[in-house]
Amino acid sequence: MATMQIENCSRWFGNVVAVNDVTMTIGPGITGLLGPNGAGKSTLIHMLAGFLPPSAGTVTLDGGPVWKNHDVYRTIGIVPEREATYDSLTGRQFVVASAELHGLDDAGAAASRALATVAMEDAAHRKIGDYSKGMKQRVKMASALVHDPAVLLLDEPFNGMDPRQRLHLIELLRRMGAEGRTVLFSSHILEEVEQLASQIEVLIAGRYAASGDYREIRRLMTDRPHQYTVISSDNRILAAALMADGSTAAVRLDGDALRVDASEFLRFAELLPLVARDAGIRLYEVTPADESLESVFAYLVEK
Amino acid sequence: MNRTVLRLTAQAMLGGRRMLLVSAMAVVLIGLALLVRILGDMSEPDIAGFLQVISLATLMPLFGLIVGTGTIGPEIDDGSIIHLLSKPVPRPVIIHSKLAVAVMATVAFAVVPTALAALIMGASGSLALALAVGSLAAGAVYCVMFMLLAILTRHAVIIGLGYALIWESLVGSLVPGARNLSVQQWALAVTDALATPGLITAHVGLVLAVTLIIGGFVAATWYAGSRLRVLTLATED
Repeated sequence: MATMQIENCSRWFGNVVAVNDVTMTIGPGITGLLGPNGAGKSTLIHMLAGFLPPSAGTVTLDGGPVWKNHDVYRTIGIVPEREATYDSLTGRQFVVASAELHGLDDAGAAASRALATVAMEDAAHRKIGDYSKGMKQRVKMASALVHDPAVLLLDEPFNGMDPRQRLHLIELLRRMGAEGRTVLFSSHILEEVEQLASQIEVLIAGRYAASGDYREIRRLMTDRPHQYTVISSDNRILAAALMADGSTAAVRLDGDALRVDASEFLRFAELLPLVARDAGIRLYEVTPADESLESVFAYLVEK
Repeated sequence: MNRTVLRLTAQAMLGGRRMLLVSAMAVVLIGLALLVRILGDMSEPDIAGFLQVISLATLMPLFGLIVGTGTIGPEIDDGSIIHLLSKPVPRPVIIHSKLAVAVMATVAFAVVPTALAALIMGASGSLALALAVGSLAAGAVYCVMFMLLAILTRHAVIIGLGYALIWESLVGSLVPGARNLSVQQWALAVTDALATPGLITAHVGLVLAVTLIIGGFVAATWYAGSRLRVLTLATED
């Protein structure tokens, strides 16, 4: 079990502030680092990986410094976003070299295990230069896993992967998270984060914007209407009853469904079943229409 | 030193266009020596003067530039150095290993061809040995100097070329004081000390030259290790 701590961390390049006063703790399990391109995700991951010193603040792994401390790489595995590897090597040579650099006793066996984990045994004898983008990503993953690290940092790991490879990586990361490893991955693609991460850290324009389960993040935003699609035995009567309460901002009849804008999430969640019961209406379906990460993200970007 | 870093560096060097370039330079040197031998006999002082200009003054700085920057520069430029830096290997060990590859390449593709060229042209064994030791001293210092430059700046090749062409050739020949800081002059002092007196003209004393060669090599190696320790990598942000 390992924990990474970022405390009041900022990083600027000349006049450009890439990361601005970010504090977060990354513990065991899967954490998704979400933000649009240029939000500072890669800069933050580089600082976590010890490739960039913070301009202000500290980055630690289990209390110890990460910057200028090559011993942290016994605990950390890194999958960088940049594609460049040693293209003249075969996949196997590359992963064996990684195992040797980690000083593992049986580098060959460790490399075989890592290549099997990412399902790259069949292509391991081919040169990395001939690999597809997705295959390069997987062999980088094997290289990062070869020493069985407690912490895995992945910068945009799904880039260039086809849907099948994506599912395989999602499954692999889930397994690693379930084993108690600390897994942090960055992405600007919302579905990836939504599918995978139990914990989400949102970074926008270098600033920490939100943290937690994505539904919790969404619920924190009480100043924005939450949309629901409701199908009931009598949508008109339900609409009138809901509008009588202050927690409902607007209702709209849309065919067989009722679209509701709730201004207060918690109050609306309590109100709806009570109103329906009092009015003798049966609720057939209640769906949060905008409870996807996309809407949370769009809202945070707007804000 | 780390055997894996040695192997990775050697594979990258041998597989790249840089190795073709340095091989071509060695072939040109040997070819020139053969041509000179075919055209007529040269005296020992003429051979010394010829190789001083062709090998020590021209070939070695260019060779050091190509090999020294080539051991680490391309990895920093394309970002693949991240795979090496994300391993628990002390940074000075990475530098020592890469430098060893650069010096071995210098011996194989510049020092040995220089000695061979001298022998082909009819030089004595002692002059060939003196030129070999002198070119090894120059090559080793150039390698570490240009490797350090590749860690410090993305424009190492341009700055290195500027140093070789402007400082070593122009300033060194026009400003007497600048010769004290010329790697070529240090190497000439070593060659002069080993060759028959009068064959080579050096403008720096042997003690100063040896001190600067060893001191410069050790200091640049140490500094390269400490700079690699704090090397920051460009991010996509």
